[in-house]
Amino acid sequence: MSKKFSMHVDVDAFLPATDEEKEYMVQMRPSSTFFKDGVKRLLKNHIATLSLIIIVLITLSSIFIPMIWPYSYDSMLGVRPGKPVDASYNNLAPFTYGKTELKRIDNGESVFPHVFGTDSSGRDYFIRVVYGTRISLAVGFFASIIVLVIGLTVGSIAGYCGGRVDLIIMRIVDIIYSLPDMLMVILLASVLKVTLGPALEGTALEKIGSNIISLFIVFGVLYWVSMSRLIRGQILSLREQEYVLASRAAGARGGWVIRKHLLPNCISVVIISTALQIPSAIFTESYLSFLGLGVNAPMPSLGSLASDSLNGLTSYPYRLVIPAVVISLIVLSLNLFGDGLRDAFDPKLRT
Amino acid sequence: MNSKTMVYILKRIGLAVLTVWVVITVTFFIMHAVPGGPFMGEKAISAAAQASLEAKYGLDKPLMQQYFTYLRDVVTRFDFGPSLKQRGRMVIDIISDGMKTSAKLGVIAALVAAAIGIVLDAVAALRRNKLIDKFIMVLTTAFVSMPSFIMGSLLLVLFAIRLAVLPANGAAQNGLILPIVTLALYPMAYITRLTRSSMLDVLGQDYIRTAKAKGVSGVKIIFGHALKNSLIPVITYFGPMLAYIVTGSLVVEQIFAVPGIGRAFVSSITNRDYPMVMGTTIVLAVLIVVMNLISDIMYKIVDPRINLE
Repeated sequence: MSKKFSMHVDVDAFLPATDEEKEYMVQMRPSSTFFKDGVKRLLKNHIATLSLIIIVLITLSSIFIPMIWPYSYDSMLGVRPGKPVDASYNNLAPFTYGKTELKRIDNGESVFPHVFGTDSSGRDYFIRVVYGTRISLAVGFFASIIVLVIGLTVGSIAGYCGGRVDLIIMRIVDIIYSLPDMLMVILLASVLKVTLGPALEGTALEKIGSNIISLFIVFGVLYWVSMSRLIRGQILSLREQEYVLASRAAGARGGWVIRKHLLPNCISVVIISTALQIPSAIFTESYLSFLGLGVNAPMPSLGSLASDSLNGLTSYPYRLVIPAVVISLIVLSLNLFGDGLRDAFDPKLRT
Repeated sequence: MNSKTMVYILKRIGLAVLTVWVVITVTFFIMHAVPGGPFMGEKAISAAAQASLEAKYGLDKPLMQQYFTYLRDVVTRFDFGPSLKQRGRMVIDIISDGMKTSAKLGVIAALVAAAIGIVLDAVAALRRNKLIDKFIMVLTTAFVSMPSFIMGSLLLVLFAIRLAVLPANGAAQNGLILPIVTLALYPMAYITRLTRSSMLDVLGQDYIRTAKAKGVSGVKIIFGHALKNSLIPVITYFGPMLAYIVTGSLVVEQIFAVPGIGRAFVSSITNRDYPMVMGTTIVLAVLIVVMNLISDIMYKIVDPRINLE
């Protein structure tokens, strides 16, 4: 101790701050929120950013291209009312034209090209691929939302209530989790396909098709378990926090505590696992479509396009390659983006 | 093995038995919820013929009675009843016939996947952050993002049609090569990625540093010290790998026309051969559940520190 202890107040410490000292206290940059930090980390990850760009591009084009494209996914170009079917439109190679179209070109009219040719029924293949992409993305997205809602509800109830409720829910989750999911999916889809068709007739859901509905039901029944496990684990650790105790002491009820305190704190985990759920849903949909249990014809999905192309594989291999590339690109970029999201928002989850 | 491990194993076996029961029950009731019954869709048959058919297959009895009879037959005698479409054949015979081909396909694919996956992982670890490591990572990432049916169809186009070096038909000579490759690529890539992360973990341990300090060469460290310990997580992958191979074989057998259980299953779905669908689902499900059980228990025994609860 160099200074001698004294009861006298050090007057120097109470002098007004000089400008120099004030300068030191000025905030150099605005305070950052958790969300901003995460976005910044995400953008630094080039692979994730590139994947996001690819996903956005594919999504936008699958939404907007069908609006401006002159052909529709289900119109058979060779079929004109009152005339025999013009077979010259079937199985066109890319950038070739059918008979009547060639005539129109000779007359000086311009005809929009068939970029990927046409399929065996004379439907423009490009728009079918675009439409199939739209269906696959939509199915993946909505299936993940369904999984999210069910998993979130069940998981937060189990985690918050604990005790016997938790025990019963978790045993059910354990059993569903250990079921061989794909086999059950195939079984459910094949039966729902038969039973749902008549049940939906005349309702608004008919347009979506019984197969997609049954796909959603299958996801709702089977795939919520891992989400609910995750949420439950989060809630279990969060509900022991002091602020939850404080809120309860102030008289808050269960639903309020879950909504106000617990769910916002596990939101990053929820977003990340939902993002990673989408590619697996797309995977499942394409798999089922390939087995003939996917979307109803004539609606295309990437899986059913790939499956249909097997019949003419020797002559038209590009009809397989195109949907194959699109589906792999979507799944790959969604996976990489999901990984990037996880690294950026929740480094703890990294395995 | 301490008593805690014992309790874990018993609990795990209990869960597996429960799961198998749920599979049988769910499969039974789902299949019996289909309207019209299994004889719908065939050419119109008289009411008397319909009644006698139903009596023959026991379909005229109350549903619960049918269920308990089915459960008893399956559990005690592996009897799934006769096939509806392949007249005169029992479902279990069709399954065991198809299983011969499918088991060969699946086992070889699994072995190939494990062997190449581990080698690739060792190479990647040895040349960490070098070009070959990055190449392996890009390749494996691509493989895990590609559905098996797309992989299979692309291989078919390339090797059987364009190059015409391998047969497209799985029943021909060397016909199983393409299906095996198709099935093996995904698990191979998965194992490489799985062991790579655990390998990096192991390479950070003290005993590796000691070995390095003693002057042991890189190859010896990887193969002599690190590899064995980095393989522990692979044990947990045995169950999911089997599940992948089973579901993958459904489409792969379809693409390459392999006369296995997968193709029989898919065609029984399209034919509405309900006893066959039920039987195959149950057999494949039991296979997957048992494999999951084995790999969980092995994992616990190999590394008792791991808490799987």
